[in-house]
Amino acid sequence: MELDLTKSLYHSMLLIRRSEERILEEMMKGNLASTMCHVSIGQEAVAAGVCSAMQPQDYLTSTHRGHGHFIARGGGLSRMMAELFGKETGYCKGRGGSMHITDVSIGHLGANGIVGGHLGIATGAALWTSLNKSDAVTVCFFGEGAVNEGITHESINMAALWKLPVIFVVENNHYAMSLAWERSTPQLSFTERARAYGIPGVDVDGQDVLAVREVALEAIERARRGEGPTLIGAHTYRFLGHSRADPSKYRPAEEEERERARDPLTIMRAKVGAEMISDQDVEAYEQQVKEVLDAAVKFAEDSPLAQPSTLFEDIYA
Amino acid sequence: MSVMMYRDALRRALYEEMKADPRVFVLGEDVGAYGGAYAVTKGLSAEFGTERVRDTPMSEAMIVGAAVGAAMVGGRPVAEIMYVDFITLAMDQIVNQAAKIHYMFGGQIKVPCVIRTQQGTGRGAGAQHSQSLESWFIHTPGLKVVAPATPADAYGLLRASIQDDNPVIFLEHKGLYAVKDEVPDEPYVTPIGVADVKREGSDVTLITYSRMLHVALDAAKQLAEQNVSVEVIDLRSLLPLDMDTVLRSVAKTRRAVVLHEAVLTGGLGGELSARINEALFSELLAPVQRVTAPDVPLPANVTLEKYLVPNAEQVKKAIEKTLESKQKVH
Ligand SMILES: Cc1ncc(C[n+]2csc(CCOP(=O)(O)OP(=O)(O)O)c2C)c(N)n1
Repeated sequence: MELDLTKSLYHSMLLIRRSEERILEEMMKGNLASTMCHVSIGQEAVAAGVCSAMQPQDYLTSTHRGHGHFIARGGGLSRMMAELFGKETGYCKGRGGSMHITDVSIGHLGANGIVGGHLGIATGAALWTSLNKSDAVTVCFFGEGAVNEGITHESINMAALWKLPVIFVVENNHYAMSLAWERSTPQLSFTERARAYGIPGVDVDGQDVLAVREVALEAIERARRGEGPTLIGAHTYRFLGHSRADPSKYRPAEEEERERARDPLTIMRAKVGAEMISDQDVEAYEQQVKEVLDAAVKFAEDSPLAQPSTLFEDIYA
Repeated sequence: MSVMMYRDALRRALYEEMKADPRVFVLGEDVGAYGGAYAVTKGLSAEFGTERVRDTPMSEAMIVGAAVGAAMVGGRPVAEIMYVDFITLAMDQIVNQAAKIHYMFGGQIKVPCVIRTQQGTGRGAGAQHSQSLESWFIHTPGLKVVAPATPADAYGLLRASIQDDNPVIFLEHKGLYAVKDEVPDEPYVTPIGVADVKREGSDVTLITYSRMLHVALDAAKQLAEQNVSVEVIDLRSLLPLDMDTVLRSVAKTRRAVVLHEAVLTGGLGGELSARINEALFSELLAPVQRVTAPDVPLPANVTLEKYLVPNAEQVKKAIEKTLESKQKVH
């Protein structure tokens, strides 16, 4: 679909939402090959907004909750679904699954299962592109839980010290599994936190895709100019549990209700108005997304299972 | 041939690789003007600049992480971790990231990086600066692990490691940096995964690596005077292991002793012993012996430390034990 920027942002969020709903549906049917699957429903604006500000030469690193980043960056749904189904046509030949979904050809350097494990990698990628005088910028997505891992400090410090072209995007959905953000750190402001490293930091409404995009654009262009990293704290909410097994009993019901009402899709439509994204538009997108997902699931179903004989491949390059 | 110190051979390898390939760069603590804690990178930052020979803050996880990330997008980093003991702070980056990325992502990305570090005893450096931790890495498929014992192998293996498309843990030994030996003048690489018979013999095979090679050669020399012929194998690479060379030798001598400086339990000696037994049980004239450090942390006291480091006397005793064994051949 050829869409202008505003429409494409909405479409991107919708595609993420419906894809993850479909993933959950397929999981219920027993079609996923792994028990590891974390959806980002409610958080789509962060992925869509940030990725819309990236250029083709840019890189990103992602997390265990990475479908959104992958889809917003343009990852293919058929091979993604095949990966989740454990098929050999999947991006990782059926051995990565949801938690390690990756398409290197679009500058996606991997969804990481170790919380904080990819911050060093993102900084290292930026170190190389800066040494190599390439103008690529690396975007590093992570949850607020990763903020308290040691390597997060090491990475931001080093990136700030060397003015590396890396953007640290904290997707603050306020819970790291059951632990509330307020119970994990005394410094809740990313603007303040960034000051300690001498870099710009912004707190942005992560449910507002346009605001996220604006902040990301500025940060990415700044990094591209060689002025170094930015810390973006995007305040969002995961509408569902940490994983399928989690009924999220640790969250007050009123809070869930209040936050779920802040749906990024609704917020965007309200902001841009029905002239920009009409009911007919939405209907057309829904239809198109459904077709894409049906085709993706069919592709996954029709693909051969990853074979045990491939287990011994790719241990070494 | 030129006679060269182990540390100078390493520096020569770094220098030649950096000259030949602009993607190669060095990062680590005090690797710049200071030249590295053990003077391996001395002079490199003057030659190649402080960007390509880059001093980092003390952030071991980040140093390895940065090497991994840079390798994934086209660089060929050589990271230095000052002491292997500090690599504990970077284990996630090595075990979960560097070793897994190529496989986990279905072969989409390569991680061509070298993590240079040094280990071992000899300086009374104490419990947190003297360990030999190679077993931790060989337990991790996806890594390659090398541990050269001579200047010539240090040079050739470092060049091979930098040219390799996989993450390589390059284990130097703090007691070897000043060891001098001949190194060919022509550039060469020493292939990873190939052991070297450092002394030929027919009565017993002594398998070792890193600094213990010199203890092994000393013991072999002493035993030769008693007409015991010891074949000394220097593994050089610990992952992958060159079992062909090991088994060929043991099939010939029918006796084997494994020698390493790392502690006994979970050490490479157990692995080698098991593999030799699996392949050659009925050929062996004696049980495989292990000479290793006991399961004790290392004291910061050179006199006490000596008690824990295997020596030629212990090696000779172990060899004599294999010679005395009365095991019947089937
Ligand atoms: C180093 C590490 N510790 C713990 C876990 C288990 N774990 C997986 S996700 C998670 C919570 C992560 O929270 P956050 O980073 O905020 O991301 P979110 O799940 O909210 O997207 C935990 C504890 C892990 N995978 N890695």
